[in-house]
Amino acid sequence: MGIIVGSQTRLVVQGITGREGSFHALNNRRYGTNVVAGVTPGKGGQDVEGIPVFDTVSQAVVATQANTSLVFVPPRFAVDAIYEAVDAGIQTVICVTEGIPAHDMLLAWHWVRERGAVLVGPNCPGVCTPGQANVGIIPADIFAEGSVGVVSRSGTLTYQLGKELADMGIGNSSIVGIGGDPIVGSNFIDVLARFEEDPDTDMVVMVGEIGGAEEEKAAAWVADNMNKPVIGYVAGLTAPPGKQMGHAGAIISGSSGTAASKVEALREAGIEVGKNPTEVARIVAEQRGVTVG
Amino acid sequence: MDLYEHQGKELFARYGIPVSEGRVATTPEEARTAAEELGGQVVVKAQVLIGGRGKAGGIKLASGPDEAFEHASNILGMDIRGHEVGRLWIEKASDIKAEYYLSVTFDRAAKQPLIMLSTMGGVDIEQVAEEHPDRIARRHVDPLLGIQPYEARQLCFAAGVPVELSGQVVKIILQLYAAFRGEEAMLTEINPLIVTPDDVVRALDAKFTVDESALFRHPDVAAMRDVGAADPQEQMARERGVTYVKLDGNVGILGNGAGLVMSTLDVVEQCGGSAANFLDVGGGAKAEEIVASLEVILADPKVDSILFNIFGGITRCDEVARGIIAALTTLDVTVPMVVRLDGTAAAEGLALLEQADLDGVTVSSTMLGAAELAIEKAGRATAASVS
Repeated sequence: MGIIVGSQTRLVVQGITGREGSFHALNNRRYGTNVVAGVTPGKGGQDVEGIPVFDTVSQAVVATQANTSLVFVPPRFAVDAIYEAVDAGIQTVICVTEGIPAHDMLLAWHWVRERGAVLVGPNCPGVCTPGQANVGIIPADIFAEGSVGVVSRSGTLTYQLGKELADMGIGNSSIVGIGGDPIVGSNFIDVLARFEEDPDTDMVVMVGEIGGAEEEKAAAWVADNMNKPVIGYVAGLTAPPGKQMGHAGAIISGSSGTAASKVEALREAGIEVGKNPTEVARIVAEQRGVTVG
Repeated sequence: MDLYEHQGKELFARYGIPVSEGRVATTPEEARTAAEELGGQVVVKAQVLIGGRGKAGGIKLASGPDEAFEHASNILGMDIRGHEVGRLWIEKASDIKAEYYLSVTFDRAAKQPLIMLSTMGGVDIEQVAEEHPDRIARRHVDPLLGIQPYEARQLCFAAGVPVELSGQVVKIILQLYAAFRGEEAMLTEINPLIVTPDDVVRALDAKFTVDESALFRHPDVAAMRDVGAADPQEQMARERGVTYVKLDGNVGILGNGAGLVMSTLDVVEQCGGSAANFLDVGGGAKAEEIVASLEVILADPKVDSILFNIFGGITRCDEVARGIIAALTTLDVTVPMVVRLDGTAAAEGLALLEQADLDGVTVSSTMLGAAELAIEKAGRATAASVS
């Protein structure tokens, strides 16, 4: 089964005629994702290697019953694309775009929640359920089918971890990149709750980084609500305060948001934490009784 | 992006928040002229993007132009917690009866702006929060509706603002929220918000952090960036479109994706080394961007080796390899490089590197192995330069 995307996914790609949009739409289709439509205003009637393009999301939904949207629209227009998708009845929106203004996302977050839709991202690599569907830019071939869920604020770090797990013969139920922005549609708790409910997931790896307090909140939530084991990792132990480390959300302000405080919160919640991706994979292997060569 | 106090006050004034009259000065002479124009006692304030100026001696009261000149001579060039003072704000001195604290912050966890008001201002608010948590009034604002006047009144009553002052404070709360929304700030803070002996409420300091991603809508604020204050390499990186943060070590780092680069810095330290920088080439980097990034890293004389840690997703490893080869033929690279390529087109990238057979480039297949090798090579380079 996996979470958020899977064999039930009917994907519409917003911004499909752009360079990135077309490349990844086709990549996702090649993986086996059911890509049913694309949207670019003014280019309705065209197609991208057989994927029909529509002017509006609502036209795409009516014609193709799309139920999931992937947003590849430039930052100045991406929030508008999110609103358009949800207004058209799309219940799952995954936004890869980086650099959306934080105040725009603040308003969009509330609007989307009120309508009961699921938003993943922005500034995220997407969601992959190995063997079923890949929606976004995750190089899915790294990941094998399996039962370890992964939720992460970072893209490439997730790939690193997936590779280390795959090297030990461990596969994944779903991989969810929640994004590195200050405001993201789904946070750790939203995704952890889905993994807890998912019958195909029996363990979760949670990859955090400096900035904000989401890891701390997730740790407390895990202690109170989760039965499945969670293994943690936090990047940025050596990050200096006050400097934005690439991601807009990755900044230590004052004494809050440090990697050390997050690691401590995770450990207090009974979550075992690895000090680097290799060690995380080793812990997962040990807990699963996989022999480490 | 953080703004200087005087820039924050300029924005405050646009929203009607009362501030003291003042002038910017970059030389002692300008400070003297500013003091003459303002008349009476003035305060000479170092403009740096870090707190704790007062304790460090960066804020001084001057009785007149000559003393302003003297203080300016001492403060300009001063190092305040790693920030060199290059400009001053000279403003009319204020008589102070009480000091309050007021801020609007972008509360990421609550997904709502948070207003905090306290009558115990003038000190570090984290300290007040710890010692007198009941003395800080807090209120989240519905971002869709925006702040309503009754919310500002409630804050004043909860914080214990005297009734005769609450009219002014309510107005400033509404104005500060308008500035926060209007300029798309992540933080706006007034500490202290002072009350003068004749009961006038005024912002004596301004802290303003704006969202970099929204600057395209605020060209006037974007123009406030002090390019001179940025580290020269950080400035060079900005011009080349890569994300770079300078650190203190000697192992240069080049990676793709913020999380992976942060993790690489941690691994370097765990292996006993120390990173010279954070550098994220971003997604989908082409060969030219790799060359540009290497230029930025190499501009730091402390760098003794360079560690490439690339996990291709959007980024293609063959492009990265082409960049490395191009850099070695166009730039004067004397430090050893350790390269780890994985993910999209890794095999092609590694084949290109092998074919090129470059001096000083070593390939490693794992992140940990590459880190250990880069540290070892940096250590050898240091030893060689000492002997």
